[in-house]
Amino acid sequence: MSVFEGFRFRRVFSPVHQLDPRVKFFYVCAVFVIAVMFNQLLPLILLFLIQLPFVLVAGIQREWIRSMRGASFLALMIFLFNFVFTYFYREYPKFPPSSSLLEYSLAMTLRFIVLVESFSIFFLTTSPDRLGLALEQSHVPYEFCFAFTTAVRFVPVLAEEAQTIMDAQKARGLELERGNFIKRIKNYIPILIPLIVSAIRRSLELAEAMESRAWGATDKRTNLYVLKIKRGDYVLAMISIGMLILAVYIWIFMREQIPSLIALITT
Amino acid sequence: MIEVKDVYFTYPNNVEALKGVSLTIRSGDFIAIMGQNGAGKTTLVKHFNGLLKPTKGTVVVDGVATREESIAKLSRKVGFVFQNPDNQLFCETVENEVAFALRNFGFEKKVIQKRVEWAINLLGLTRYRQTSPFMLSGGERKRVALASVLAWNPDVVILDEPTIGQDYLQKEKLRQFIVQLNAQGKTVIIVTHDVEFVAECNPHVVLMAQGKIVGEGDAKQILTDRKLVTEASIVPPQISQIFMELADFGLPTDVIDVYEARDILLEFLESGS
Repeated sequence: MSVFEGFRFRRVFSPVHQLDPRVKFFYVCAVFVIAVMFNQLLPLILLFLIQLPFVLVAGIQREWIRSMRGASFLALMIFLFNFVFTYFYREYPKFPPSSSLLEYSLAMTLRFIVLVESFSIFFLTTSPDRLGLALEQSHVPYEFCFAFTTAVRFVPVLAEEAQTIMDAQKARGLELERGNFIKRIKNYIPILIPLIVSAIRRSLELAEAMESRAWGATDKRTNLYVLKIKRGDYVLAMISIGMLILAVYIWIFMREQIPSLIALITT
Repeated sequence: MIEVKDVYFTYPNNVEALKGVSLTIRSGDFIAIMGQNGAGKTTLVKHFNGLLKPTKGTVVVDGVATREESIAKLSRKVGFVFQNPDNQLFCETVENEVAFALRNFGFEKKVIQKRVEWAINLLGLTRYRQTSPFMLSGGERKRVALASVLAWNPDVVILDEPTIGQDYLQKEKLRQFIVQLNAQGKTVIIVTHDVEFVAECNPHVVLMAQGKIVGEGDAKQILTDRKLVTEASIVPPQISQIFMELADFGLPTDVIDVYEARDILLEFLESGS
């Protein structure tokens, strides 16, 4: 189940991991807004490059590259769709397609990649516990926070269990990759039923365990750990705000003057 | 016959679970693979029916390297009963559950019926034929899982932690059953850290620690070897602990069988008085 590897948070200590999830989320939102504001290639390239130091400082290169690889197929589709459809819509009888079209399609693809990049940095450097804590301190009702952190926490457990079930059924002669399309879907029944049954059973057990540990006994819960905004968090918040202000300024006053990459190279 | 030749195995998350394991299992052997959690026991036996393929080295089952054979084909020879029956039960009735593998292996309808009948009787599940496996108790579910593997009559039977969650009576029944299977010429491999159970079964013991085989021999020889047992972080069976304490009286220290212990003690007491 290598698909789920990306979800598995590894407890590493780096300056990026130490940042307050709320500030990090604000940063991700800022990147999101900026990425949506521009459809030129140049600002998006800058936005892509700005985030690379985070990956290096956090030491999550391997996981990050894996998640980027996962997004590459979708990115390719976005590129092809933009290129093909915009070509037929705007330039059709003309051949070959213009370089600005290529640049536009690349920009759309890069916009998607930037979004994936920033979100994957966020999730790869924020432990589920701290994320739950951040939600709680943002006054989200505790029930929701708990449901959220539990769900995140059980993804790898369930993935592991799915693997064991697959092994157990394969050992009984089940061949998943055999037969036509319908047969292949039916092949997954022996895996899904034990998985669902055990997930339900596990949730009931969890509920009992929680009640026996006095879940919901007091209205006002306190936490062992409390998130505090530290100096690094202020720096990141300032960077985010600065980036936003700069982006809005450019967008309002200089939007038309952003050179295309080709123009930049040829001059 | 299963030959494991200098096998290394690394999981996708870079955990090296086996570090150069070599082992030969002849047909008709009765083997217990022991060791603490994470020693690589289950990883090793998952190589026997091809669920895992070695990263380095080879595993050869009946002359064929597992790398070149499908899991289904290997499973026909090597039956694997998983630790947790809940990982495999999914049918509406016990009967269908037992028939599932037989259908996968493409047995004929008549044969399936006969085999199901045979396996269900063998494990004393006759009155649950039409019951849903989910309604049964833990021990019964375990027996259904066992029946569903024995039904296709594999030459080798692997039992992963067969004694976990079983009461003493069930364990005793299981022991007799395993011994009987072995007597019928089946190769039986159990993976366990239940020393008392192994002491009573008296199989050939393979002791593992940190992805390597650290000792191999008769149960008596391995389980009473203080150094080995400490290295593999297991506690010797109670009988052998007693005899280790009594070593000062000139009694032998390599005793794991209760009846043998009784004879030795009686003889000692009679000669003393």
